[in-house]
Amino acid sequence: MHPFQYQRAENNGQAVAAVAKNPEAAFIAGGTSQVDLLKEGVHKPNLLVDVAGLPLRQITDFEGGVRIGANATNTEAAYFPAIQARYPAVSEALLAGASVQIRNMATMAGNPLQRTRCPYFRDPDQPCNKRTPGSGCAAIGGYNHVHALFGASEACVATHPSDLAVALAALDARVQTTGPQGSRTIAFTDLHRLPGTTPHLDTTLAHGELITSIDLPAFAGRSHYLKVRERASYAYALASCAVALEMDGPKIKRARIALGGVAHKPWRTPAAEALLAGQRPTEKLFQATAAAAFADAKPLEHNAYKIPMGRNLLVRALLETSGLQPLAGPAGTAFAASVGGMAGQVATPN
Amino acid sequence: MLTEATGQPLDRVDGRLKVMGGARYTAEWDLPGLAYGALATSAIARGKVRAIDVKAAQQAPGVLAVLTYLNAPRLQPMPDKVGGSLFRGEGGITETLQPLQDAAIAYAGQPLAVVVADTHEHARYAATLVRITYDEAKPELDRATASRQTLPEAFTGSKEEPLQVTVGDPKAALAAAPVKLERVYESAITHHNPIEQLATIARWEKRNGADYLTVYDTTRGVDTLQEVFAASLNLPKENVHIICPFIGGAFGSKGWLYAPALLTAMAARVVGRPVKIELRRQDMFSTAGQRGATRQTLSLGATRDGKLTALQHDTQAQSSMVSGYTEPCARVSRMMYAVPNLGFAHHLSHLNLPSPCPMRGPGETVGGWALECAIDELATELNLDPVELRLRNYADKNPETGKPFSSKHLRECYARGQELIGWKARNPKPRSMREGNSLIGYGMATTMYPAARREASARTTLFADGRALVQSATHELGNGAYTIFRQISADALALPVENVRFELGDSALPKAPTTGGSATTATIGPAATAACQEALSALKQIAIRDAKSPLFGATEDAIEARDGRLVRKANAAQGETYAAILQRAKLPSISAEGTAKPGDEREQFSFYSFGAVFAKVRVDEASGSVRVAQLCAVYDVGKLMNPQTAHSQFIGGMAMGLGAALMEATHYDARNGRAVVRNLADYHVPSMADTPDIIAEALNIPDPHISALGARGIGEIGCVGTPAAITNAVFHATGQRLRSLPLTPDKLLKALAS
Repeated sequence: MHPFQYQRAENNGQAVAAVAKNPEAAFIAGGTSQVDLLKEGVHKPNLLVDVAGLPLRQITDFEGGVRIGANATNTEAAYFPAIQARYPAVSEALLAGASVQIRNMATMAGNPLQRTRCPYFRDPDQPCNKRTPGSGCAAIGGYNHVHALFGASEACVATHPSDLAVALAALDARVQTTGPQGSRTIAFTDLHRLPGTTPHLDTTLAHGELITSIDLPAFAGRSHYLKVRERASYAYALASCAVALEMDGPKIKRARIALGGVAHKPWRTPAAEALLAGQRPTEKLFQATAAAAFADAKPLEHNAYKIPMGRNLLVRALLETSGLQPLAGPAGTAFAASVGGMAGQVATPN
Repeated sequence: MLTEATGQPLDRVDGRLKVMGGARYTAEWDLPGLAYGALATSAIARGKVRAIDVKAAQQAPGVLAVLTYLNAPRLQPMPDKVGGSLFRGEGGITETLQPLQDAAIAYAGQPLAVVVADTHEHARYAATLVRITYDEAKPELDRATASRQTLPEAFTGSKEEPLQVTVGDPKAALAAAPVKLERVYESAITHHNPIEQLATIARWEKRNGADYLTVYDTTRGVDTLQEVFAASLNLPKENVHIICPFIGGAFGSKGWLYAPALLTAMAARVVGRPVKIELRRQDMFSTAGQRGATRQTLSLGATRDGKLTALQHDTQAQSSMVSGYTEPCARVSRMMYAVPNLGFAHHLSHLNLPSPCPMRGPGETVGGWALECAIDELATELNLDPVELRLRNYADKNPETGKPFSSKHLRECYARGQELIGWKARNPKPRSMREGNSLIGYGMATTMYPAARREASARTTLFADGRALVQSATHELGNGAYTIFRQISADALALPVENVRFELGDSALPKAPTTGGSATTATIGPAATAACQEALSALKQIAIRDAKSPLFGATEDAIEARDGRLVRKANAAQGETYAAILQRAKLPSISAEGTAKPGDEREQFSFYSFGAVFAKVRVDEASGSVRVAQLCAVYDVGKLMNPQTAHSQFIGGMAMGLGAALMEATHYDARNGRAVVRNLADYHVPSMADTPDIIAEALNIPDPHISALGARGIGEIGCVGTPAAITNAVFHATGQRLRSLPLTPDKLLKALAS
């Protein structure tokens, strides 16, 4: 670990100023992902400004939706009654991720800002353009089992690891920030970037720009999150998806789909979403939707399995969200989100 | 009258200490003046250090020294053999590379420098400042094209473990067999990943003018490590003291790779202070051993009614450039079924990867997996129930050696296992059972473990206050050693368990072998018993000669120990407590050593434990996810010394087997040989959500030949068999044979699409 200074932020303005004026400074909140990177020597700030104590922890009703303070923990948000009831995809994504201990520490702003799980990013002895710009991408031609199908570049094929981000992208959440240039609102789908030639930049946030809240807009439909992983708990998604459906009687009025584990950011699929608008939900329609969602997938050597997996997952998510198939567990819980469920003798899904 | 302590489900005697944080693990010892070491390791897998620039590291805050091959103390070569195990050469058990002796690089992650500083943080940071440049060569990473390929003669040099064997004429028998099957099975590299990482503390002193080295190490072989240190550092063995009272899991690691421990001693010598090196989790993937990947070809010949006529098991194993370790994959095939024509071969490729070493069920876990999957495939081919096929080939004697088994009740295991899982209620047709989104499957496998026993010694001390202490240089890996040896000793002394303590984990104690091979119960149990008998014998002699004793003048044979007293066999009322004898003799205590070793019975019988494992799985076809719905096993392991700690060993082993089946794999970059998986987020071991409520039963029938205790070892048998039972259940669920471990969703999806 490289030596660094540590200070507790006094208020938003002081925190922003402290980081903005020092190009090697960084914010820290829960630290659940960041501390690993400090220990690996991947993240080498000379100053950490701890924002966890700032009064940004409230979850409140806001414009018909819910405003989630940046410092609310993943646990607090997941079990917040209005979120669990009205935005179950958010609770499902949170509870299907990490472990209880980590969720108790991790914050709602920190979770979408976690860095990729690309193994080459985490090993300072391997080339990685995201960690060391210009050093090359070892995942291309290397072990790329967990890498991107969409939107990758010759510089980077990493995926974004957050489950929560996928749900927020499908729900058209907004991000409130305060930064050196003042405050602004960012559409969640614009928070993360594609790698292009600058994969070291994960997001569109300016240096020193601090997230103050994540806002869920008013939503009267159903949402749902599904996740496949290599073990039943405490593993990153191989593939995941979040679906938000608004119905007009028996027909789908509007659908939003975000795919996880397949791109450098939560991957919205406008062409597939358009296929659903105005249609009655049927398995056949959902098959066509899934085919459209993955039509442009560009697999690497070791990740082609994500195409059938992702398609099957999306079909199931649409079937379950539209009610054509039962959820695997109560809405808003990890049981609904976890494909394959838990080991042991379980009753047939309700 | 005291009841026997062995066989009772005594709570772990060190359980409270562990839960309260009172059990001191290696990295937790604090010595005055302790300094801290950190490793800088090779970024490349093959080549040489061209230059190593340590200036920045030396100037970093708190740094005391930087050791590289240019300035590190010289070491003697690793010995050829230690404690009967071959170290060097093909089939040898250990890495022979002595650290920091030259510029050559055999694998990525190889230690190239040690930075020693006043704090752990200073050392770790300064290690990142060591700048190494390389003359890089293209690493050899492919078994098939490796330039060094050999046919090792014997595993660890043991005459009991030849690696190239032919009994009868398997080739001709295969050619003539009415039913033939040849299948290739592959298994991935896996890592032990105990929760406690490797750690060493080394302290040099002068004692009587000579160098004396005290080492706290996470070793499960204090005596072996003592010999390695003595030989490597050119010290008399008596001047090396190894201490390890608690180990946080080993599973095969912490036994046979010595570089981190030797580096600690070298660093301590250079800085003239005690030094601690604790590996990072990342380093556990390069310097702590691993199970190498395997490619195994199973060829079975059988009659139409399911009698095996030929079995050939050929393994392509891999090792590093600096070890001859060979995964002995035919350990199950060589003894399990009554087959007249039996052959096995092991082919070893040397690669620029870290060195392998034993991992729970070395050979048996992946070799038994391949065999038991092939047997399942044969059952399908013959349209026979998998259990029935195994019964038709039931072996009453060892097919390789012809010796009868010492005690074998495998039929009962099959029968009880079928009841536990509901085997007969399943629809035997593959891909015929479904619940919701899931395909349902049942599978089973036979399991076994060699019932090894070795020579060991122990010392028993009886104190004048009526308590006793028994000691041996064995180890507590979390397996329950402290508990069961206290129970065994209490019985041997006819004392209540509360009055007996057991000490271990110290090379100053009477000699014991490295804890491994599921041999510890059968090895240390008899040694402890022998020491207790010797101590009682010495006590009897005191009483016999003491005119004030009610036992005065008796012969030793006429006296027995009963309820903490020595009494005349003919009249138990005539006797006295141990304490009374010692107090009257004005002795604070009396000590005796005992040694026990296996004898002639090893020539007469073939010693194995057996078992049957049954699994029920759910396969989510859309995602390729497998979940184990039920996992049941029935074991024939002799008499259980403690059913509670035994149960924990069984279910822990089965959970590890479940991990091997479904998720455990370490990937190395195929271009540069660096570990790509280097942490416990990416290296998946089963979580609780992956682990069903495992049912493990034991027949608890004493083995009449292994020792007077009747107990065989249980450390590994749970891990063996489980992967095959799960793999066979996945076949029954899906109709697809998967022949590559682990069965991850990508492989399932590929198979299901075909």
